[in-house]
This record gives sequence, C-alpha cells and structure tokens, in this order.
Amino acid sequence: MLHPITINHYLVLSVMLLVIGIIGMLVRRNVVVMMMSVELILNAANVNLIAFGKHLQDLNGQIFAIFVIVVAVAEAAIGLGILIALFRNKETVQVDEIDLLKW
Amino acid sequence: MSSFYTATDHFVLLPALLLALFACATLLFDFWVFPESQRRKHLVWFVLMGEVFASVAYFRQHMFLSQHGGELQAFGGSLVVDQFALYFHWIFVASTVIAVIMSYKYFEVRDEHHGEYYGLLLLAQCGMYFLASGNELVVLFVGLETMALTFYVLVGLLKRDQRSNEAALKYFLLGALSSGLLVYGFSLLYGMSGSTKLREIGAAVASRDSGDTVLFLAVATILAGLLFKIAAAPFHMWAPDTYEGAPTVVTAYLAAASKAASLALMLRILLGPLASSRDVWMPILAGAALLSMTIGNIAAVTQTNTKRLLAYSSINHAGYILLGIVAGNQTGIQGVLIYTMVYVFMTLGAFLVLTVLCRDTTTGEDINDLHGLMRRSPAHAIWMLIFLLSLAGIPPTAGFIGKYFIFLSLIETGHYWLAAAAAVYVAVAIYYYFRIVKSMFVDKEETEMPALSLSLGTRVALAATGAMTLGIGIYPEPFVKFAQQTLR
Repeated sequence: MLHPITINHYLVLSVMLLVIGIIGMLVRRNVVVMMMSVELILNAANVNLIAFGKHLQDLNGQIFAIFVIVVAVAEAAIGLGILIALFRNKETVQVDEIDLLKW
Repeated sequence: MSSFYTATDHFVLLPALLLALFACATLLFDFWVFPESQRRKHLVWFVLMGEVFASVAYFRQHMFLSQHGGELQAFGGSLVVDQFALYFHWIFVASTVIAVIMSYKYFEVRDEHHGEYYGLLLLAQCGMYFLASGNELVVLFVGLETMALTFYVLVGLLKRDQRSNEAALKYFLLGALSSGLLVYGFSLLYGMSGSTKLREIGAAVASRDSGDTVLFLAVATILAGLLFKIAAAPFHMWAPDTYEGAPTVVTAYLAAASKAASLALMLRILLGPLASSRDVWMPILAGAALLSMTIGNIAAVTQTNTKRLLAYSSINHAGYILLGIVAGNQTGIQGVLIYTMVYVFMTLGAFLVLTVLCRDTTTGEDINDLHGLMRRSPAHAIWMLIFLLSLAGIPPTAGFIGKYFIFLSLIETGHYWLAAAAAVYVAVAIYYYFRIVKSMFVDKEETEMPALSLSLGTRVALAATGAMTLGIGIYPEPFVKFAQQTLR
C-alpha cells in the first residue's frame, strides 16, 4: 500500500537539495557547476515555500517562490556576465586557477 | 484591503521611486541628452539632484514622524517608516553622495566612462531602502538582492582589469550562496508561521521552545546569510579579495553603505521576529564576533596592501558591532547604531584619501605608496591620520564614541570576558593602523613625487567625512540623541 505524500516528505527533499547544493559549492571547482549548486539551494527554498503554502492553504508561499525564481534568473544572468568578462581575460572557469588576489 | 496604493503608500514609497526613476534616467540621459564632452560632469550633477529629491522625500517623512510620532505603514504593513529606518536612510544618502563625488575624479584620472555606474549606485541605494524599511520577508529578500546584484556588477566594473573580474566572481559566488541560505531560512520562518509579515512571524516564533530543530535551522541559515553580508567571520573570506580587486570608489561604497544596510536588516530580523529566540542566536553571534576580531586583527598585521588592510579592519569592526547586538540592552543597540554611522564616515574618509592617491589602477594601494605623504601633501596626511585614529578608536575621534557604547553595554550586561578580549584587540589594531601612519609621516619616498592636486568635489567630500569623524567624537550629544530616538 502506498503512503500518501505529506509535508514531511517535501521537507526532507528540500533539506537534501540544500545539503547537495552546499556540498557542491564547497567541493566542485568549476564556476558553472558552482552556479548550478546555488540554483539547487534556491530551489530547496522554493520547494519549502510551495510545500508550506499548500500545507497551510496560503498563497503567500507561492508568491514568494515566484519572486525567488525571478531573483535566481537575474542572479544567473549577472553571474554568467561576470564569468564571461573573466573568461575573455583569462580563459578559465576553474576557481583554482583564478588566484590573482591572495596574500 | 479597502484600496490599493493610498496616499500613505505613496508618501512612504516615494524615496525609493525617485531613486529608481533617477537610476533609469541616468542610463538613458548618458546616451541621449548629455553632450558627449560634458557627460561626466552632467551625470554627477544629475545623480546629486536625484539625491536631493530623495532627501526632500525623506525629510518630509522625518518631519511627519517627529510631529506625530509612531511609525508609518504602507502596503498592508509590508513597508514601514520609523525612526530606525530613517536613521539608516540618512546614512545611505550621505554615503551615496560621498561615493558619487569621489567617483568623478577617480574615473576621470583613468579616462574611463561608465554611465551605468551612477545608475547602479542609485539602484543599490534603492535596494538599501527596502532593507531598512521592509517589514515583510519578500520585500526584504528582493531588496537585499537588488542591492547585492548591483554590487556584483559594480565590483566587476573594470571589465578589462583581471583583478576586478576576479573580485566580482568571488563576491558573486559567495554572495549567491549566502543569499540562498538566507532565503532558505526565510522559507522556514514562513513555514513556522504561515505568514511573511515580520510581526506575525514574531508571534509564531515566540510560541516555539528554544530547542526546536526547525527553529534552530532557520536561525542558523539566516545568521549565515547575514554574517556574510556584513563580512563577519567565519563568512569573511570574500571581503579581502573583493575589497582589493574592486575599483577603490566601489570598495568604499561597499564597505560603508552595504555593511550599514545589512546591519539594518540584521537588527530588523534579530530584534523583531527572532527576539524571542535570543538564547539560540546569542552564543552564535558572540562566537562570530570573537572570531571576526581575532581574524581581522591578526591578518591585518601582515598586510602590505592598504585596501586589503582596511578590509581586515572592516572585518574587525563587524566584530565590535556584533558585540553590541550580543549585549542586546538599550545601550548596546544604541552603540550598534552609533558605531554604524561612525564606521560609515571614517571608512569612506580613509578610502577617499586612497582614491586621491590612485593615479592609475595600482598605485596608492601599496602601503609604501604612502611614503612621505606628510611632505608631499600635509592636508591629506592629516585627514588620513584622523580617520586612522578614529578607526583605532582613540579619542577625541568618533571611533572612540562608538567603542565606548559597545564596551559600556558589555559591562552593563556582565559580559566581562568579551569586553576584556575586545579591549586587547583594540591594542593590536593600534599597531597596524600606526604602520600606515609611520609610512606617511616617518618614511621617505624613494622618488620625488609631485604634490597631489585636489578637485573641489574631493575637498568637499574630505571635509564632510572629516568633520563628521571629528564632530561625533568631540560633540556626540546630538548624534547619541538621534540614535536614542530611533529606539523609542
């Protein structure tokens, strides 16, 4: 017999997405993959917001999620812009090789 | 829900509308209206005009509040203007005006023209408006991102400079991570309360016990995001690199205004909805404050790049400011507010002197470039000395008043060990600030350098920051009263 999907399942999913995102940020060295990890974290928040919104019968969660999506798009656009500006000068997307500034 | 966009809504929102409008107009006029040869000058005046308009709107709100007291709410309580918000709004106006004046000469010397730069400054200030005035999670998040996204672009403004690229990328990656964590925390707050309004969240959070896992996760992720934004350890790694690589004018604005705005957000959240879970966040903040002071001071000692040194000093100051929140009584919060204002002016001033020293992309950044500044241009050296004394917290400068209130609040609330540690670090800080002073006053320059020329704008900006740094130190009463009013 199938168990119904409850709010807890969504919360576990979102925590997993959050942890995968954070690990991705810390472990991966490719800027594009790191940006994808950030998207995972933002989407973990989205899953939370929508699951809570549904659970509480409240629209604010979905509205918040739409704003998060819009911000994520803007962030990705700016991040890629910065990366392209860097790539033109340096031809790399590996953070290990981007090491001009350090003490 | 009787009516949408009432007169009160308009009255409250007007400064942000004006800032956004002037930001868009700046982009447009740069290409279209201003004559090619005069663009630089026209843009600066235009932006300053925008600030005057916004100031008038703020001033009207200020008058309204001082007559009627209380607070103004708009859009169903999503935006709120109270003395607290206005206190920060005035700081943002002052720092943007000074940053704009600084920028004119900075870009002229480099022969660069970036019309969008001024537009982005105004947009960043618009984001800050929502950080100080927002009273609802969505508004706060969007405001924070408006500010953060514009700063990513501003840091990477010099597209052909690899150091600027790199600084922007590092700031972006860690900034995006912290925003993600922050919004995750916000989503948990929403889940706990079923509302995005800070007041209703406060009631829901208060009904939970302090050992609650979800509450702890929410507090931890929100604090991680906030500590990152104010460049406090252990989330400070971006600050030295970003401060060093960014154009100096942007560094100044980032160090001053962005930190003040993030502090406004931090106070709003920690003293608002999370006030009841003080037991959860207080130890974390105390640890972060100690760590910030340790890392800031120890790393600053060995720096040879002045911008990097000031970055570590800014991490150190974040630690002191956090101590005020840790103490958490009336004196402590008042100390945080005063310290923030003082910090903004002395930091802007110190970077302003560095900006004047910068003749191309690199000079003026190394501590050796300050050699013999006293002989070359005594006025600069004296101003820099005042800012450094203030950063070190030596009377009669403003930095002393800020530190005084922080220490007082720590003693009042019985945090003797924290106060003792903070006092030790004041002594360490004096050492590395005086390395700069020694470089200016004692060391001789290797090659003869011409005296520095000063434009009228730079003189005005230097005088304004210097006057505030000395003024708050010598006659603090009006400023202390201003901060006190804020908390009522």
